[in-house]
Amino acid sequence: MGHVTYLAHDGRAYEVELEDGLSVMEGAVRNGIPGIDADCGGMCACATCHVHVADEWRAAVGNPGEQEDELLELAPERDDASRLSCQIVMSPQLDGLVVHMPESQH
Amino acid sequence: MSAAAAIIADTASPAVDNVPLAELDPARPDRFRSETWQPVFERLRREDPVHLSENGEFGRYWSITKYNDIMAIDTDHKSFSSEPGITLVRTADQQQGSPFQGMSMFIAMDPPKHDIQRKIVTPAVSPMNLQLLEPIIRERAAKILDDLPVGEEIDWVDKVSMELTAMTLATLFGMPQEDRRKLTYWSDVVTAVPGQGLVDTREQKLEIFSEYHAYFTRLWNERVNAEPTGDLISMLAHDPATRDMPPLEYFGNVILLTVGGNDTTRNTITGSVYALNRNPDEYRKLRADPGLIPSMVSETIRWQTPLAHMKRRATRDVEFRGKQIREGDTVAMWYVSGNRDDEVIDRPDEYIVDRARPRQHISFGFGIHRCVGNRLAELQLRVIWEEIMKRFPEIVVVDEPKRVYSSFVKGYESMRVVIPRRN
Ligand code: HEM
Repeated sequence: MGHVTYLAHDGRAYEVELEDGLSVMEGAVRNGIPGIDADCGGMCACATCHVHVADEWRAAVGNPGEQEDELLELAPERDDASRLSCQIVMSPQLDGLVVHMPESQH
Repeated sequence: MSAAAAIIADTASPAVDNVPLAELDPARPDRFRSETWQPVFERLRREDPVHLSENGEFGRYWSITKYNDIMAIDTDHKSFSSEPGITLVRTADQQQGSPFQGMSMFIAMDPPKHDIQRKIVTPAVSPMNLQLLEPIIRERAAKILDDLPVGEEIDWVDKVSMELTAMTLATLFGMPQEDRRKLTYWSDVVTAVPGQGLVDTREQKLEIFSEYHAYFTRLWNERVNAEPTGDLISMLAHDPATRDMPPLEYFGNVILLTVGGNDTTRNTITGSVYALNRNPDEYRKLRADPGLIPSMVSETIRWQTPLAHMKRRATRDVEFRGKQIREGDTVAMWYVSGNRDDEVIDRPDEYIVDRARPRQHISFGFGIHRCVGNRLAELQLRVIWEEIMKRFPEIVVVDEPKRVYSSFVKGYESMRVVIPRRN
Protein backbone atom coordinates (compact mmCIF):
# COMPACT_ATOMS: atom_id res chain seq x y z
CA MET A 1 0.00 0.00 0.00
CA GLY A 2 1.25 3.46 -0.82
CA HIS A 3 -0.22 6.94 -0.67
CA VAL A 4 -0.73 8.95 -3.88
CA THR A 5 -1.81 12.57 -4.17
CA TYR A 6 -3.34 13.64 -7.50
CA LEU A 7 -3.34 17.41 -7.92
CA ALA A 8 -5.92 18.47 -10.47
CA HIS A 9 -5.46 21.44 -12.76
CA ASP A 10 -8.14 23.38 -10.89
CA GLY A 11 -6.13 23.05 -7.66
CA ARG A 12 -8.18 20.25 -6.09
CA ALA A 13 -6.28 17.41 -4.41
CA TYR A 14 -7.34 13.76 -4.41
CA GLU A 15 -5.77 11.28 -1.99
CA VAL A 16 -5.65 7.55 -2.67
CA GLU A 17 -4.22 4.52 -0.89
CA LEU A 18 -2.94 2.35 -3.71
CA GLU A 19 -2.08 -1.33 -3.48
CA ASP A 20 1.46 -2.28 -4.52
CA GLY A 21 1.47 -3.55 -8.10
CA LEU A 22 -1.39 -1.34 -9.26
CA SER A 23 -0.70 1.61 -11.53
CA VAL A 24 -1.25 5.25 -10.72
CA MET A 25 -3.74 5.30 -13.60
CA GLU A 26 -5.74 2.48 -11.99
CA GLY A 27 -5.70 4.36 -8.69
CA ALA A 28 -7.40 7.30 -10.40
CA VAL A 29 -9.89 5.31 -12.45
CA ARG A 30 -10.98 3.02 -9.61
CA ASN A 31 -11.56 5.96 -7.32
CA GLY A 32 -13.41 8.04 -9.88
CA ILE A 33 -10.85 10.83 -9.93
CA PRO A 34 -11.65 13.07 -12.90
CA GLY A 35 -8.96 14.02 -15.38
CA ILE A 36 -7.53 10.61 -16.26
CA ASP A 37 -9.33 9.03 -19.23
CA ALA A 38 -7.18 5.92 -19.85
CA ASP A 39 -8.87 5.15 -23.16
CA CYS A 40 -6.64 2.18 -23.95
CA GLY A 41 -7.10 0.60 -20.53
CA GLY A 42 -3.46 0.71 -19.47
CA MET A 43 -1.76 -0.86 -22.48
CA CYS A 44 0.56 2.09 -23.13
CA ALA A 45 -1.22 2.62 -26.44
CA CYS A 46 -2.63 6.15 -26.14
CA ALA A 47 -1.76 9.23 -24.11
CA THR A 48 -4.90 9.89 -22.11
CA CYS A 49 -3.54 9.14 -18.62
CA HIS A 50 -0.83 11.79 -18.85
CA VAL A 51 0.52 13.21 -15.56
CA HIS A 52 3.40 15.44 -14.50
CA VAL A 53 5.41 13.89 -11.68
CA ALA A 54 6.20 16.32 -8.84
CA ASP A 55 9.89 17.37 -8.92
CA GLU A 56 10.87 15.65 -5.67
CA TRP A 57 9.51 12.32 -7.02
CA ARG A 58 11.01 12.35 -10.48
CA ALA A 59 14.17 10.43 -9.59
CA ALA A 60 12.23 7.68 -7.80
CA VAL A 61 9.69 7.33 -10.62
CA GLY A 62 12.28 7.36 -13.37
CA ASN A 63 12.06 8.10 -17.09
CA PRO A 64 9.50 6.90 -19.62
CA GLY A 65 10.22 3.82 -21.73
CA GLU A 66 10.62 4.09 -25.48
CA GLN A 67 7.02 3.41 -26.53
CA GLU A 68 5.72 5.59 -23.69
CA ASP A 69 8.02 8.38 -24.77
CA GLU A 70 6.65 8.29 -28.33
CA LEU A 71 3.09 8.46 -27.07
CA LEU A 72 3.86 11.31 -24.69
CA GLU A 73 5.00 13.23 -27.75
CA LEU A 74 1.34 13.26 -28.79
CA ALA A 75 0.32 15.14 -25.64
CA PRO A 76 0.11 18.90 -26.07
CA GLU A 77 1.22 19.67 -22.50
CA ARG A 78 4.22 17.37 -22.46
CA ASP A 79 7.28 18.44 -20.44
CA ASP A 80 10.31 16.84 -18.74
CA ALA A 81 8.19 15.61 -15.82
CA SER A 82 5.61 13.90 -18.07
CA ARG A 83 4.74 10.22 -17.63
CA LEU A 84 1.84 8.02 -18.58
CA SER A 85 0.33 7.06 -15.24
CA CYS A 86 -0.50 3.53 -16.45
CA GLN A 87 3.25 2.94 -16.55
CA ILE A 88 3.91 4.05 -12.95
CA VAL A 89 3.39 1.06 -10.68
CA MET A 90 3.01 1.45 -6.93
CA SER A 91 5.82 0.05 -4.78
CA PRO A 92 7.15 0.82 -1.29
CA GLN A 93 9.62 3.32 -2.82
CA LEU A 94 6.75 5.39 -4.18
CA ASP A 95 4.71 5.72 -0.98
CA GLY A 96 3.78 9.41 -0.77
CA LEU A 97 3.96 10.06 -4.52
CA VAL A 98 2.56 13.35 -5.84
CA VAL A 99 1.44 13.83 -9.46
CA HIS A 100 -0.04 16.85 -11.22
CA MET A 101 -2.75 16.33 -13.82
CA PRO A 102 -2.74 18.35 -17.03
CA GLU A 103 -5.62 20.64 -17.96
CA SER A 104 -6.97 17.97 -20.31
CA GLN A 105 -6.16 14.66 -21.96
CA HIS A 106 -5.84 14.48 -25.74
CA MET B 1 -13.85 -23.16 -56.48
CA SER B 2 -13.49 -20.40 -59.06
CA ALA B 3 -13.26 -16.84 -57.78
CA ALA B 4 -16.68 -16.04 -59.28
CA ALA B 5 -18.31 -19.04 -57.66
CA ALA B 6 -16.70 -18.12 -54.36
CA ILE B 7 -18.14 -14.63 -54.53
CA ILE B 8 -21.62 -15.99 -55.21
CA ALA B 9 -21.36 -18.52 -52.40
CA ASP B 10 -20.05 -15.82 -50.11
CA THR B 11 -22.89 -13.41 -50.90
CA ALA B 12 -25.70 -15.24 -49.16
CA SER B 13 -24.89 -13.99 -45.71
CA PRO B 14 -26.28 -16.81 -43.52
CA ALA B 15 -24.14 -19.09 -45.66
CA VAL B 16 -20.93 -17.32 -44.70
CA ASP B 17 -20.19 -20.26 -42.43
CA ASN B 18 -20.17 -22.64 -45.39
CA VAL B 19 -17.65 -20.71 -47.47
CA PRO B 20 -14.15 -22.19 -47.29
CA LEU B 21 -12.13 -19.95 -44.98
CA ALA B 22 -9.52 -19.24 -47.63
CA GLU B 23 -12.19 -17.67 -49.84
CA LEU B 24 -13.42 -15.21 -47.22
CA ASP B 25 -12.64 -11.68 -48.34
CA PRO B 26 -13.72 -9.30 -45.58
CA ALA B 27 -12.82 -6.18 -47.59
CA ARG B 28 -15.64 -6.64 -50.09
CA PRO B 29 -17.41 -3.26 -50.13
CA ASP B 30 -20.85 -4.63 -51.04
CA ARG B 31 -21.30 -6.14 -47.57
CA PHE B 32 -20.84 -2.69 -46.06
CA ARG B 33 -23.48 -1.19 -48.30
CA SER B 34 -25.91 -3.99 -47.47
CA GLU B 35 -24.94 -4.06 -43.76
CA THR B 36 -24.12 -7.78 -43.90
CA TRP B 37 -20.47 -7.55 -42.85
CA GLN B 38 -21.07 -8.85 -39.30
CA PRO B 39 -21.16 -12.65 -39.88
CA VAL B 40 -17.89 -12.56 -41.81
CA PHE B 41 -15.99 -10.88 -39.01
CA GLU B 42 -17.73 -12.93 -36.36
CA ARG B 43 -16.47 -16.06 -38.06
CA LEU B 44 -12.95 -14.71 -38.52
CA ARG B 45 -12.69 -13.71 -34.86
CA ARG B 46 -13.80 -17.19 -33.90
CA GLU B 47 -11.94 -19.37 -36.40
CA ASP B 48 -9.13 -17.39 -37.98
CA PRO B 49 -8.37 -14.10 -36.22
CA VAL B 50 -5.26 -13.50 -38.33
CA HIS B 51 -6.59 -14.30 -41.78
CA LEU B 52 -4.99 -14.31 -45.21
CA SER B 53 -7.05 -13.46 -48.32
CA GLU B 54 -5.40 -13.88 -51.69
CA ASN B 55 -7.92 -14.10 -54.50
CA GLY B 56 -10.28 -11.18 -54.12
CA GLU B 57 -10.37 -7.75 -55.71
CA PHE B 58 -7.94 -6.42 -53.08
CA GLY B 59 -5.33 -9.08 -53.75
CA ARG B 60 -3.22 -10.56 -51.00
CA TYR B 61 -3.67 -9.10 -47.52
CA TRP B 62 -3.91 -10.17 -43.89
CA SER B 63 -6.95 -9.35 -41.77
CA ILE B 64 -6.53 -8.71 -38.05
CA THR B 65 -9.92 -8.95 -36.36
CA LYS B 66 -9.44 -9.17 -32.55
CA TYR B 67 -9.28 -6.03 -30.42
CA ASN B 68 -6.01 -6.78 -28.64
CA ASP B 69 -4.28 -8.00 -31.81
CA ILE B 70 -5.21 -4.78 -33.58
CA MET B 71 -3.81 -2.80 -30.69
CA ALA B 72 -0.59 -4.81 -30.83
CA ILE B 73 -0.09 -4.08 -34.55
CA ASP B 74 -1.17 -0.44 -34.29
CA THR B 75 1.41 0.22 -31.56
CA ASP B 76 4.24 -1.58 -33.37
CA HIS B 77 4.96 0.99 -36.05
CA LYS B 78 8.50 -0.31 -36.49
CA SER B 79 7.31 -3.68 -37.80
CA PHE B 80 4.15 -2.29 -39.43
CA SER B 81 4.68 0.81 -41.52
CA SER B 82 2.03 3.32 -42.64
CA GLU B 83 3.90 4.07 -45.87
CA PRO B 84 2.94 4.40 -48.63
CA GLY B 85 -0.77 4.37 -47.78
CA ILE B 86 -3.29 3.47 -45.08
CA THR B 87 -6.24 2.00 -47.01
CA LEU B 88 -6.61 -1.27 -48.88
CA VAL B 89 -6.55 -0.65 -52.63
CA ARG B 90 -8.14 -2.80 -55.33
CA THR B 91 -5.58 -4.62 -57.42
CA ALA B 92 -7.09 -2.92 -60.47
CA ASP B 93 -6.49 0.53 -58.94
CA GLN B 94 -3.04 -0.13 -57.56
CA GLN B 95 -1.34 1.65 -60.44
CA GLN B 96 -3.25 4.73 -59.52
CA GLY B 97 -2.60 4.34 -55.81
CA SER B 98 -4.66 5.08 -52.76
CA PRO B 99 -6.12 8.56 -52.39
CA PHE B 100 -3.67 9.20 -49.57
CA GLN B 101 -0.63 8.13 -51.51
CA GLY B 102 2.18 10.47 -52.47
CA MET B 103 0.45 13.50 -51.05
CA SER B 104 2.75 13.97 -48.15
CA MET B 105 0.30 13.38 -45.35
CA PHE B 106 1.55 12.42 -41.94
CA ILE B 107 -1.12 9.75 -41.51
CA ALA B 108 0.80 7.82 -44.19
CA MET B 109 4.28 8.58 -42.82
CA ASP B 110 6.51 6.84 -40.30
CA PRO B 111 8.65 8.54 -37.66
CA PRO B 112 10.52 10.81 -37.53
CA LYS B 113 8.67 12.78 -40.24
CA HIS B 114 5.28 11.79 -38.94
CA ASP B 115 6.01 13.11 -35.45
CA ILE B 116 7.27 16.47 -36.66
CA GLN B 117 4.24 17.10 -38.86
CA ARG B 118 1.69 15.86 -36.39
CA LYS B 119 3.05 18.17 -33.72
CA ILE B 120 2.42 21.11 -36.01
CA VAL B 121 -1.34 20.58 -36.27
CA THR B 122 -1.96 19.22 -32.77
CA PRO B 123 -2.39 22.62 -31.06
CA ALA B 124 -5.22 23.54 -33.46
CA VAL B 125 -7.33 20.60 -32.26
CA SER B 126 -6.08 20.40 -28.67
CA PRO B 127 -8.68 20.55 -25.91
CA MET B 128 -7.46 24.05 -24.99
CA ASN B 129 -8.13 25.42 -28.45
CA LEU B 130 -11.43 23.57 -28.64
CA GLN B 131 -12.72 25.52 -25.65
CA LEU B 132 -12.49 28.60 -27.85
CA LEU B 133 -14.20 26.83 -30.72
CA GLU B 134 -17.09 25.41 -28.71
CA PRO B 135 -19.29 28.53 -28.56
CA ILE B 136 -18.90 29.03 -32.32
CA ILE B 137 -19.81 25.42 -33.07
CA ARG B 138 -22.78 25.72 -30.73
CA GLU B 139 -24.08 28.82 -32.45
CA ARG B 140 -23.79 27.14 -35.86
CA ALA B 141 -25.43 23.94 -34.62
CA ALA B 142 -28.31 25.96 -33.19
CA LYS B 143 -28.83 27.76 -36.49
CA ILE B 144 -28.82 24.52 -38.49
CA LEU B 145 -31.43 23.00 -36.19
CA ASP B 146 -33.59 26.13 -36.02
CA ASP B 147 -33.81 26.17 -39.81
CA LEU B 148 -35.12 22.59 -40.07
CA PRO B 149 -38.77 22.17 -41.08
CA VAL B 150 -41.13 20.31 -38.75
CA GLY B 151 -43.40 17.53 -40.01
CA GLU B 152 -41.60 17.21 -43.34
CA GLU B 153 -39.23 14.55 -44.63
CA ILE B 154 -35.63 15.75 -44.86
CA ASP B 155 -32.28 14.15 -45.62
CA TRP B 156 -30.46 14.31 -42.29
CA VAL B 157 -27.08 13.68 -43.93
CA ASP B 158 -27.34 16.69 -46.18
CA LYS B 159 -29.21 19.07 -43.89
CA VAL B 160 -27.42 18.44 -40.62
CA SER B 161 -24.41 16.08 -40.64
CA MET B 162 -22.67 17.60 -43.65
CA GLU B 163 -23.57 21.15 -42.71
CA LEU B 164 -22.19 20.95 -39.19
CA THR B 165 -18.91 19.25 -40.11
CA ALA B 166 -18.35 21.59 -43.05
CA MET B 167 -19.00 24.64 -40.87
CA THR B 168 -16.61 23.37 -38.22
CA LEU B 169 -13.82 22.72 -40.68
CA ALA B 170 -14.33 26.08 -42.36
CA THR B 171 -14.02 27.66 -38.91
CA LEU B 172 -10.90 25.67 -38.10
CA PHE B 173 -9.31 26.81 -41.37
CA GLY B 174 -10.59 30.38 -41.03
CA MET B 175 -12.44 30.19 -44.36
CA PRO B 176 -15.52 32.26 -45.18
CA GLN B 177 -18.58 30.22 -44.20
CA GLU B 178 -20.16 30.52 -47.63
CA ASP B 179 -17.32 28.39 -49.01
CA ARG B 180 -17.92 25.57 -46.54
CA ARG B 181 -19.54 23.15 -48.96
CA LYS B 182 -16.49 23.40 -51.21
CA LEU B 183 -14.71 21.50 -48.45
CA THR B 184 -17.30 18.74 -48.50
CA TYR B 185 -16.99 18.54 -52.26
CA TRP B 186 -13.18 18.49 -52.28
CA SER B 187 -13.14 15.89 -49.55
CA ASP B 188 -15.45 13.68 -51.60
CA VAL B 189 -13.28 14.18 -54.69
CA VAL B 190 -10.15 13.10 -52.79
CA THR B 191 -11.69 9.74 -51.94
CA ALA B 192 -13.63 9.35 -55.21
CA VAL B 193 -12.67 6.57 -57.60
CA PRO B 194 -12.79 7.92 -61.21
CA GLY B 195 -15.67 6.38 -63.13
CA GLN B 196 -17.73 5.67 -59.97
CA GLY B 197 -19.97 8.73 -60.02
CA LEU B 198 -18.45 11.95 -58.74
CA VAL B 199 -15.55 12.21 -61.23
CA ASP B 200 -15.19 10.47 -64.57
CA THR B 201 -11.47 10.53 -65.16
CA ARG B 202 -8.20 10.96 -63.38
CA GLU B 203 -7.58 14.17 -65.36
CA GLN B 204 -10.83 15.64 -64.13
CA LYS B 205 -9.87 14.73 -60.59
CA LEU B 206 -6.52 16.48 -60.97
CA GLU B 207 -8.24 19.55 -62.38
CA ILE B 208 -10.48 19.81 -59.32
CA PHE B 209 -7.42 19.26 -57.17
CA SER B 210 -5.72 22.25 -58.69
CA GLU B 211 -8.70 24.47 -57.80
CA TYR B 212 -8.55 23.12 -54.25
CA HIS B 213 -4.82 23.77 -54.16
CA ALA B 214 -5.14 27.30 -55.54
CA TYR B 215 -7.80 28.12 -52.95
CA PHE B 216 -5.58 27.11 -50.04
CA THR B 217 -2.51 28.75 -51.51
CA ARG B 218 -4.44 32.00 -51.62
CA LEU B 219 -5.59 31.51 -48.01
CA TRP B 220 -1.97 30.96 -46.94
CA ASN B 221 -0.78 34.06 -48.75
CA GLU B 222 -3.48 36.17 -47.13
CA ARG B 223 -2.58 34.88 -43.67
CA VAL B 224 1.18 35.27 -44.08
CA ASN B 225 0.72 38.95 -44.80
CA ALA B 226 -1.69 39.61 -41.94
CA GLU B 227 -1.52 39.59 -38.16
CA PRO B 228 -2.06 36.10 -36.63
CA THR B 229 -5.78 35.31 -36.50
CA GLY B 230 -5.75 32.08 -34.45
CA ASP B 231 -7.09 29.78 -37.15
CA LEU B 232 -5.13 26.78 -38.35
CA ILE B 233 -3.86 28.32 -41.60
CA SER B 234 -2.70 31.41 -39.78
CA MET B 235 -0.94 29.24 -37.18
CA LEU B 236 0.88 27.34 -39.91
CA ALA B 237 1.80 30.50 -41.79
CA HIS B 238 3.25 32.20 -38.70
CA ASP B 239 4.77 29.41 -36.58
CA PRO B 240 8.55 29.37 -36.95
CA ALA B 241 8.39 25.57 -37.20
CA THR B 242 6.05 25.62 -40.19
CA ARG B 243 6.17 28.95 -41.99
CA ASP B 244 8.86 27.64 -44.34
CA MET B 245 7.30 24.24 -44.98
CA PRO B 246 7.24 23.09 -48.60
CA PRO B 247 3.93 24.02 -50.28
CA LEU B 248 3.07 20.39 -51.01
CA GLU B 249 3.50 19.45 -47.40
CA TYR B 250 1.22 22.28 -46.38
CA PHE B 251 -1.38 21.17 -48.88
CA GLY B 252 -1.00 17.54 -47.77
CA ASN B 253 -1.89 18.57 -44.23
CA VAL B 254 -4.88 20.54 -45.47
CA ILE B 255 -6.16 17.51 -47.37
CA LEU B 256 -5.62 15.22 -44.42
CA LEU B 257 -7.58 17.47 -42.08
CA THR B 258 -10.32 17.99 -44.67
CA VAL B 259 -10.81 14.28 -45.30
CA GLY B 260 -10.09 13.15 -41.74
CA GLY B 261 -12.54 15.61 -40.27
CA ASN B 262 -15.35 15.27 -42.78
CA ASP B 263 -16.78 11.80 -43.42
CA THR B 264 -15.93 10.38 -40.02
CA THR B 265 -17.73 12.98 -37.96
CA ARG B 266 -20.56 13.29 -40.48
CA ASN B 267 -21.24 9.56 -40.33
CA THR B 268 -21.16 9.52 -36.55
CA ILE B 269 -23.77 12.28 -36.41
CA THR B 270 -26.00 10.32 -38.78
CA GLY B 271 -25.22 7.06 -37.00
CA SER B 272 -26.29 8.47 -33.64
CA VAL B 273 -29.77 9.32 -34.91
CA TYR B 274 -30.06 5.94 -36.61
CA ALA B 275 -28.85 3.92 -33.61
CA LEU B 276 -31.16 5.73 -31.19
CA ASN B 277 -34.09 5.02 -33.50
CA ARG B 278 -33.20 1.36 -33.72
CA ASN B 279 -32.93 1.22 -29.92
CA PRO B 280 -35.90 3.19 -28.56
CA ASP B 281 -35.19 2.20 -24.95
CA GLU B 282 -31.76 3.78 -25.24
CA TYR B 283 -33.29 6.93 -26.76
CA ARG B 284 -35.66 7.05 -23.78
CA LYS B 285 -32.74 6.73 -21.35
CA LEU B 286 -30.98 9.60 -23.07
CA ARG B 287 -34.03 11.84 -23.01
CA ALA B 288 -34.54 11.10 -19.32
CA ASP B 289 -30.92 11.99 -18.56
CA PRO B 290 -29.14 14.32 -21.01
CA GLY B 291 -26.08 13.89 -18.79
CA LEU B 292 -25.59 10.67 -20.76
CA ILE B 293 -24.75 12.58 -23.95
CA PRO B 294 -20.93 12.21 -23.68
CA SER B 295 -21.28 8.52 -23.01
CA MET B 296 -23.78 8.11 -25.88
CA VAL B 297 -21.30 9.91 -28.15
CA SER B 298 -18.49 7.47 -27.35
CA GLU B 299 -20.85 4.52 -27.69
CA THR B 300 -21.94 5.75 -31.12
CA ILE B 301 -18.33 6.15 -32.24
CA ARG B 302 -17.71 2.54 -31.19
CA TRP B 303 -20.91 1.16 -32.65
CA GLN B 304 -20.56 3.05 -35.92
CA THR B 305 -16.77 2.64 -36.37
CA PRO B 306 -16.60 5.39 -39.04
CA LEU B 307 -13.34 4.03 -40.45
CA ALA B 308 -13.66 0.27 -40.84
CA HIS B 309 -9.95 -0.40 -41.24
CA MET B 310 -6.44 1.02 -41.51
CA LYS B 311 -3.72 -0.64 -43.53
CA ARG B 312 -0.09 -1.34 -42.68
CA ARG B 313 2.89 -2.87 -44.53
CA ALA B 314 5.17 -5.34 -42.74
CA THR B 315 8.75 -4.07 -42.70
CA ARG B 316 10.17 -7.48 -41.75
CA ASP B 317 9.08 -11.11 -41.41
CA VAL B 318 6.91 -11.33 -38.32
CA GLU B 319 5.41 -14.35 -36.65
CA PHE B 320 2.08 -13.16 -35.32
CA ARG B 321 -0.33 -15.46 -33.42
CA GLY B 322 1.21 -18.44 -35.15
CA LYS B 323 1.01 -16.98 -38.67
CA GLN B 324 3.97 -16.03 -40.81
CA ILE B 325 3.57 -12.48 -42.02
CA ARG B 326 6.25 -11.77 -44.61
CA GLU B 327 8.18 -8.58 -45.18
CA GLY B 328 6.20 -6.40 -47.59
CA ASP B 329 2.84 -8.02 -46.78
CA THR B 330 -0.26 -5.90 -46.50
CA VAL B 331 -2.04 -6.01 -43.15
CA ALA B 332 -5.56 -4.65 -42.52
CA MET B 333 -6.51 -3.82 -38.94
CA TRP B 334 -10.30 -4.17 -38.85
CA TYR B 335 -11.43 -1.68 -36.23
CA VAL B 336 -15.01 -2.53 -37.14
CA SER B 337 -14.37 -6.06 -35.91
CA GLY B 338 -12.28 -5.14 -32.86
CA ASN B 339 -15.23 -3.08 -31.65
CA ARG B 340 -17.39 -6.24 -31.75
CA ASP B 341 -14.91 -8.45 -29.88
CA ASP B 342 -16.71 -9.87 -26.84
CA GLU B 343 -13.45 -10.76 -25.13
CA VAL B 344 -12.92 -7.05 -24.55
CA ILE B 345 -16.33 -5.42 -24.90
CA ASP B 346 -19.37 -6.59 -23.00
CA ARG B 347 -22.39 -7.37 -25.26
CA PRO B 348 -20.61 -5.73 -28.21
CA ASP B 349 -23.45 -6.03 -30.72
CA GLU B 350 -25.77 -4.03 -28.53
CA TYR B 351 -25.99 -0.25 -28.53
CA ILE B 352 -25.96 0.84 -24.88
CA VAL B 353 -25.76 4.55 -24.08
CA ASP B 354 -24.75 4.09 -20.43
CA ARG B 355 -21.92 1.57 -20.66
CA ALA B 356 -19.49 1.30 -17.75
CA ARG B 357 -16.49 2.24 -19.92
CA PRO B 358 -17.79 3.89 -23.09
CA ARG B 359 -14.40 5.28 -24.11
CA GLN B 360 -13.02 1.77 -24.41
CA HIS B 361 -13.27 1.35 -28.17
CA ILE B 362 -10.84 1.14 -31.04
CA SER B 363 -12.46 3.55 -33.54
CA PHE B 364 -9.71 6.17 -33.12
CA GLY B 365 -6.91 3.61 -33.42
CA PHE B 366 -4.02 3.41 -30.97
CA GLY B 367 -0.32 4.21 -30.97
CA ILE B 368 1.40 7.13 -32.62
CA HIS B 369 -1.25 7.59 -35.33
CA ARG B 370 -4.16 7.63 -32.90
CA CYS B 371 -6.69 10.12 -34.22
CA VAL B 372 -5.55 13.67 -33.51
CA GLY B 373 -9.06 15.03 -34.16
CA ASN B 374 -10.82 12.78 -31.64
CA ARG B 375 -11.70 15.59 -29.23
CA LEU B 376 -12.99 17.78 -32.02
CA ALA B 377 -15.20 14.94 -33.24
CA GLU B 378 -16.55 14.32 -29.74
CA LEU B 379 -17.13 18.01 -29.23
CA GLN B 380 -19.26 18.35 -32.37
CA LEU B 381 -21.32 15.32 -31.44
CA ARG B 382 -21.87 16.50 -27.89
CA VAL B 383 -22.84 20.01 -28.91
CA ILE B 384 -25.25 18.98 -31.66
CA TRP B 385 -27.01 16.59 -29.27
CA GLU B 386 -27.22 19.17 -26.49
CA GLU B 387 -28.88 21.50 -28.97
CA ILE B 388 -31.11 18.76 -30.46
CA MET B 389 -32.47 17.88 -27.03
CA LYS B 390 -33.28 21.51 -26.25
CA ARG B 391 -35.43 21.64 -29.37
CA PHE B 392 -36.84 18.30 -30.47
CA PRO B 393 -38.46 15.61 -28.35
CA GLU B 394 -37.74 13.14 -31.12
CA ILE B 395 -36.21 12.63 -34.57
CA VAL B 396 -37.85 9.79 -36.48
CA VAL B 397 -35.92 7.84 -39.11
CA VAL B 398 -38.36 7.15 -41.95
CA ASP B 399 -36.64 4.23 -43.68
CA GLU B 400 -33.32 2.43 -43.95
CA PRO B 401 -30.49 4.84 -44.79
CA LYS B 402 -28.46 4.43 -47.96
CA ARG B 403 -25.01 3.22 -46.95
CA VAL B 404 -21.64 3.99 -48.54
CA TYR B 405 -20.16 1.38 -50.89
CA SER B 406 -16.79 1.11 -49.16
CA SER B 407 -14.90 -1.06 -46.72
CA PHE B 408 -12.93 1.97 -45.54
CA VAL B 409 -15.40 4.82 -44.94
CA LYS B 410 -18.28 3.21 -43.07
CA GLY B 411 -21.21 5.53 -43.31
CA TYR B 412 -24.32 6.89 -44.93
CA GLU B 413 -25.05 8.65 -48.21
CA SER B 414 -28.50 9.71 -47.14
CA MET B 415 -31.04 9.13 -44.40
CA ARG B 416 -34.60 10.42 -44.46
CA VAL B 417 -36.04 11.61 -41.17
CA VAL B 418 -39.02 13.55 -39.87
CA ILE B 419 -39.06 15.83 -36.87
CA PRO B 420 -42.64 15.51 -35.61
CA ARG B 421 -42.65 18.61 -33.38
CA ARG B 422 -40.61 21.09 -31.39
CA ASN B 423 -40.38 21.15 -27.60
C1 HEM C 1 -15.58 10.11 -35.09
C2 HEM C 1 -14.73 10.72 -35.85
C3 HEM C 1 -13.36 10.20 -36.22
C4 HEM C 1 -12.90 8.92 -36.30
C5 HEM C 1 -13.64 7.63 -36.00
C6 HEM C 1 -11.51 9.00 -36.72
C7 HEM C 1 -10.68 7.89 -36.90
C8 HEM C 1 -9.34 7.95 -37.14
C9 HEM C 1 -8.46 6.81 -37.22
C10 HEM C 1 -8.91 5.36 -37.11
C11 HEM C 1 -7.20 7.26 -37.44
C12 HEM C 1 -5.94 6.42 -37.61
C13 HEM C 1 -5.52 5.80 -36.32
C14 HEM C 1 -4.41 4.80 -36.42
O1 HEM C 1 -3.85 4.59 -37.51
O2 HEM C 1 -4.07 4.23 -35.38
C15 HEM C 1 -7.27 8.70 -37.50
C16 HEM C 1 -6.21 9.53 -37.70
C17 HEM C 1 -6.33 10.88 -37.95
N1 HEM C 1 -7.47 11.65 -37.84
FE1 HEM C 1 -9.29 10.99 -37.26
N2 HEM C 1 -11.17 10.31 -36.90
C18 HEM C 1 -12.26 11.08 -36.60
C19 HEM C 1 -12.33 12.47 -36.64
C20 HEM C 1 -11.30 13.29 -37.03
C21 HEM C 1 -11.38 14.73 -37.13
C22 HEM C 1 -12.58 15.58 -36.76
C23 HEM C 1 -10.16 15.15 -37.61
C24 HEM C 1 -9.64 16.52 -37.93
C25 HEM C 1 -10.05 17.63 -37.65
C26 HEM C 1 -9.33 13.99 -37.78
C27 HEM C 1 -8.03 14.01 -38.21
C28 HEM C 1 -7.17 12.94 -38.19
C29 HEM C 1 -5.76 13.02 -38.53
C30 HEM C 1 -5.02 14.28 -38.95
C31 HEM C 1 -5.23 11.72 -38.38
C32 HEM C 1 -3.79 11.27 -38.59
C33 HEM C 1 -3.08 11.12 -37.26
C34 HEM C 1 -1.68 10.56 -37.37
O3 HEM C 1 -1.36 9.90 -38.36
O4 HEM C 1 -0.88 10.79 -36.45
N3 HEM C 1 -10.05 12.88 -37.42
N4 HEM C 1 -8.59 9.11 -37.30
